[in-house]
Amino acid sequence: MSAVDTAPAPEGVQDRDLLGTVLRFRAVGIVLALLVLVAVTTAVNPRFLGAQGVRDLLLGASVTVLLAVGLTLVVITRGIDLSVGSTLGLSAFVTGSVLEAAPALGVPGGMVVGLLVGAACGGVNALVIAVGGVPPLVATLGTLYVFRGIVYFVAGGSRISASDLPSGFLAFGTARLLGVPILFLVALVVLAVAAVHLGQNRSGRDLYAIGSNPEAARLAGVATTRRLVGAYVACGALAGLGGVLYAARFGTVDASAGSGLELQVVAAVVVGGVAIFGGSGSVVGAALGALLLTVIGYSLPVLGIDQFWSQAIVGALILAAIGLDRVVSLRAASSSRAKASHVR
Amino acid sequence: MVRSDQPVLAVEGVGKSFGAVKAVEDVSFPLYGGEVHALVGENGAGKSTIVKMLAGVHRPDSGRILVDGQPLEVDQPRDALAAGIAVIYQEPTLFPDLSVAENIFLGRQPLRWARRINTRALHAQAAELFTRLGVRIDVERPASGLSIADQQLVEIAKALSAEARVIVMDEPTAALSGHEVERLFAVARSLRADGAALLFISHRFGEITALCQRVTVMRDGRHVSTDPIEDLTVEEMVRRMVGRDLGDLRPKQDVTPGKVVLSVRGLTRAGAFAGVSFDVRAGEIVALAGLVGAGRSEVVRAVFGIDGRDSGEVTVNGRAVPAHKPRAAMAAGVALVPEDRRQQGLVMDLSIQRNTTLVRRGSLSRFGLLLGGAERRFAQDWTARLQTKYGSLDNPVNTLSGGNQQKVVLAKWLSTEPTVLIVDEPTRGIDIGTKAEVHRLLSNLAADGVAIVMVSSELPEVIGMADRVLVMREGRVAAELTRAEVDERSIMRAATGGDVAA
Repeated sequence: MSAVDTAPAPEGVQDRDLLGTVLRFRAVGIVLALLVLVAVTTAVNPRFLGAQGVRDLLLGASVTVLLAVGLTLVVITRGIDLSVGSTLGLSAFVTGSVLEAAPALGVPGGMVVGLLVGAACGGVNALVIAVGGVPPLVATLGTLYVFRGIVYFVAGGSRISASDLPSGFLAFGTARLLGVPILFLVALVVLAVAAVHLGQNRSGRDLYAIGSNPEAARLAGVATTRRLVGAYVACGALAGLGGVLYAARFGTVDASAGSGLELQVVAAVVVGGVAIFGGSGSVVGAALGALLLTVIGYSLPVLGIDQFWSQAIVGALILAAIGLDRVVSLRAASSSRAKASHVR
Repeated sequence: MVRSDQPVLAVEGVGKSFGAVKAVEDVSFPLYGGEVHALVGENGAGKSTIVKMLAGVHRPDSGRILVDGQPLEVDQPRDALAAGIAVIYQEPTLFPDLSVAENIFLGRQPLRWARRINTRALHAQAAELFTRLGVRIDVERPASGLSIADQQLVEIAKALSAEARVIVMDEPTAALSGHEVERLFAVARSLRADGAALLFISHRFGEITALCQRVTVMRDGRHVSTDPIEDLTVEEMVRRMVGRDLGDLRPKQDVTPGKVVLSVRGLTRAGAFAGVSFDVRAGEIVALAGLVGAGRSEVVRAVFGIDGRDSGEVTVNGRAVPAHKPRAAMAAGVALVPEDRRQQGLVMDLSIQRNTTLVRRGSLSRFGLLLGGAERRFAQDWTARLQTKYGSLDNPVNTLSGGNQQKVVLAKWLSTEPTVLIVDEPTRGIDIGTKAEVHRLLSNLAADGVAIVMVSSELPEVIGMADRVLVMREGRVAAELTRAEVDERSIMRAATGGDVAA
């Protein structure tokens, strides 16, 4: 092949650095915010950073991290799953009931039950969205109420208390490995698997492709329906697993378990830098977002700041995160425009 | 040049209907390795349908497509690529968030253990493809922000990576600058030298004669002829495409200009253009010529108020038009038909009717509601005046061909009965027949006393249509040429700031 006229120096190197810096900056920013918050809180109350304090924090974050990882899979495809809170509630209640009836199943059995319940819920979402073509926001808003309704129906006003659950299961909720709560380790393992899948597996990259340009994904022969079904089922299954952790941690489950959790998880994902219109973001970012929100929730009372402010701060963080994305994309667009015009 | 007797691709008696409309009927032509084959025809002649059948988007109703003598069985685009057919569209559909390398190899990324993507090999293979193409693109950067020319090269690299032997280019040059066209042609020639068969679709005859060896002409969904390029003059090609002689190539009627309608004084926008002044009289067509990026579109956008201005003033009929207020410009009688009809001129998913009436919806509504009747009559009236071809007014506008889409945009703005009409690249990407209609229309409007500003990159259009030509260079008006002074050389000299090799 003959060499042809070459373009000037590779274009876009600058862009990538700019974007790269900001994206790294996003993770760095969250970590910095975490450090500052922890430092200030510890200065006020040294016990905040004590072994027990940290353990409480990690325990509290486990469920949100788990759900944020699951939701990220879906949001990357331009989707959303608002039913994760209800799925968690249903899974927690069903798992609790099954373990109450058959204590011999133990922790592994409980996990399987929870995962299955969650996967079933995710399957319903997947069916409505990927096969039925209903917009995810509407579909999962519907299933949010449907799944919660099922919990109320199954529970019928009853609740599961710690005395009903096998002791081994409750012990799992408070168990530690090298001082780290097992529940948090479960979330970390899930996080690692999801990170590798999204970053390095073809099917994971397909999710980004679908979110980045659905039409191009179709033209490129990406099995869009199958991938979307996979993402929603995985998201549901992780919410189901979250239900198991929830039950193990609190020991008490009533029909309202996990109510309102979905918005907290969406907030974590957005703050963690996952683009709400799909195509970019990482589970690690989402997990950091979840951790940040959890730390805010724990530290503000210690600092003696009204609960009201906690919500306002979360809101401000979401706006800041979205504003940052907007600024970055405008910057990138204008810098490439400037380049294009001076080249010609 | 390699040329075997067995065609790499053979289209045999292919037909395709959509509902009652026969888009393509009994079309046959062979495509040989080592040749670039032009497919020409007016919009609506069925070229796009042929392309979509090759791409695996549509299945032919009758006839068959053979690749290396084997019938092509495709259900989806990926099958076509697997069979060795790659299609490069005018505006490629890439994944903006993924890297260039990932865009090329999506779903086919090289793997290492545990089915994980081998990123290093991925980047190396992508870089190797661009080396083969002789162009330099950073394969690790995201695809967002790539120019259209570079995006097409990414698509070509994708075709190479899939070892495609048939490469279909559907109007690839429509949005490219001269330099980019040359680079694309160099790539196309080297692909041809490697024995690939290229199907090249374009409305630009200069490009066709420069690049192609044979040409197939289509008209009204039927095959007209397939000939070696040297056996066919451009005039003959045009005659076969339209089935009639086009007549006057200088369609602008002579009109005695009236009073000054639009006056622009010292218009400046930092970074885009500076000190731009001109007048447009009633009945006059003033063309803004120049190279892509010279600031022509930016000037008209600022005149219409889409972009702000740093200094300078715009008056219409003696009244000042405030900066950065398109509504005020519209109220003053200015209409702008933008450059990019898909992005700026139309709401692609909205019906033809709604698009036509969009800027008049206020006057067509009663008590704030758009109740069918008046809107429909209005849309029927205006689409008929512009001879727009459509199935139903309720169809989304994206179902129309490019030329008919442009007519909808024109209908929308003409319905405001403007005194100043600004058209930015009015005939880009539309076929020669519709082009002539648009030219006639502009000429008639001028004869009716409308002041017209036309931005155009096509020199024949500028020369044929304009009473005066303002040539822009690097954001400034470099020359003002009267009709008598205008020719390709004078424009190019002013646009480039020096003598050009003809």
